Amino acid sequence: MAKKVSIAQYWGAGCGGCDVALLDIDERILGVAEMADIAFWPIAVDTKLKDVEAMPDKSITITLYNGAIRNSENEHVAKLLRQKSQIMVSFGSCACYGGIPGLANVTNKKAIMDYVYNKTFSSINPDETLPQVKYQAPEGELELPVLYDTVLTLDDVVDVDYYMPGCPPAVSLINEFLDIVEKHVKEGADLPPKGSFIASQKTLCDECGREKSYEPIDRIYLPHEIDIDPEKCMLDQGVICLGPATRAGCGAQCLNANQPCRGCMGPTAAVEDHGGSMLSALASIFRTADNETHLSEDDILKMMSEIKDPLGTFYAFTMPKSIIKRKVTERKAEVSE
Amino acid sequence: MKMTSTQHETQAATAATGEQFEPKIIAFCCNWCSYAGADLAGVSRLQMPTNFLVLRAMCSARVDPEHVLRAFSKGADGVMVLGCHPADCHYIGGNYRTRRRIALLKMLLEQYGLDPERLKLEWVSASEGVKFQNTVTDFVEMIREMGPNPLIEAEKQHKAERAKYGH
Repeated sequence: MAKKVSIAQYWGAGCGGCDVALLDIDERILGVAEMADIAFWPIAVDTKLKDVEAMPDKSITITLYNGAIRNSENEHVAKLLRQKSQIMVSFGSCACYGGIPGLANVTNKKAIMDYVYNKTFSSINPDETLPQVKYQAPEGELELPVLYDTVLTLDDVVDVDYYMPGCPPAVSLINEFLDIVEKHVKEGADLPPKGSFIASQKTLCDECGREKSYEPIDRIYLPHEIDIDPEKCMLDQGVICLGPATRAGCGAQCLNANQPCRGCMGPTAAVEDHGGSMLSALASIFRTADNETHLSEDDILKMMSEIKDPLGTFYAFTMPKSIIKRKVTERKAEVSE
Repeated sequence: MKMTSTQHETQAATAATGEQFEPKIIAFCCNWCSYAGADLAGVSRLQMPTNFLVLRAMCSARVDPEHVLRAFSKGADGVMVLGCHPADCHYIGGNYRTRRRIALLKMLLEQYGLDPERLKLEWVSASEGVKFQNTVTDFVEMIREMGPNPLIEAEKQHKAERAKYGH
């Protein structure tokens, strides 16, 4: 066998599911261990950050970074691993698009701290003490990472070579990527061009086997409100499914389990704003009635109010990579507050 | 004397720029009705503020939500989407799609913290030069009262935060 490679995996603002996803490749993980040394993987092996700091630059072959960038520690490690690695992979929806932690962009640091430490039912904090970034303990100064006001994606702070979206990335895609790496290591095959997505170039509808009738809808159903026909398109049944706006590659796992797509794979290359794309698609399938010309814009707004939470529905995984990125405050609202 | 929020804004805007706030407006006009309506307003020499920029689309339904969102992110203080009256669409039902999208987009903008009134949908036919004039004039005045697009200020704050932590 040719030279061994070394792999690092790290978690930023994520749930740890991506770390576990790498183990979902079952017995193939043994092949990975044979092919590669694990340079740094806090969830699985006991390596410290100072070990990474001591490594020469570009000595790690591949870093799989999962999780969004939400505090100074996430950013520091991302930059360190970028410096030490030849290939940086944005692994999972949070690293690629901000993911679920990215929804924190509907609020801000101040409101989050206040809610978590003062307002939750389980908090008793009469002095309203908040965590401090620096604390003078008898043993010396202790430091905590700084929480950012805005959740960022990995490619906002470092140069990224490949993207592997998914919450977590599908086993088939991890295997596909490992094949590419294996061929590169063993046979010297070329790597895909920089910036590639290790996923399909088409939308999820291309992978989904459900039958589409193109019948317009009259109302929206939440998945628990109806018996979903497993053969028919979700949208035809009035269930919001982000399939038409979402990148394929996951094998339509949720749809195979009779649940609608929530968009973890993010948009295709042709679209910048995942939510805007889905919003457009969903608005178009509402029925145009015979009395359409008599409807006022207020009537239409009432009709569209069927969709209770457009931001949370259309940008569940992609808010920090959307065009607007974060919630803002109008000056008028500030004055009245 | 208690100041109204509008006075506050005007003062703040004046203090920030040293001059009166001039809104930047993007007006998407459909090729068949509203663009012709805008043209009619022009050739009729109807007076209106010059704060707007017309972008012609083949149909108001061609205006993707992404276009509107990008206009706001690039600094537009208001966006107008103007199309054919209901039942008059050149493509039969394009404007019906548009009105659904705009309604939903307004709900979305509100969740993003923007005033949904910054996005306006109006029907202007090829013969309604005066309606175009009035729509533009009223919209510009409303946005002037509302103040600048808060996204620009948020972007500045974000950059300042990044700089503070040395990035």
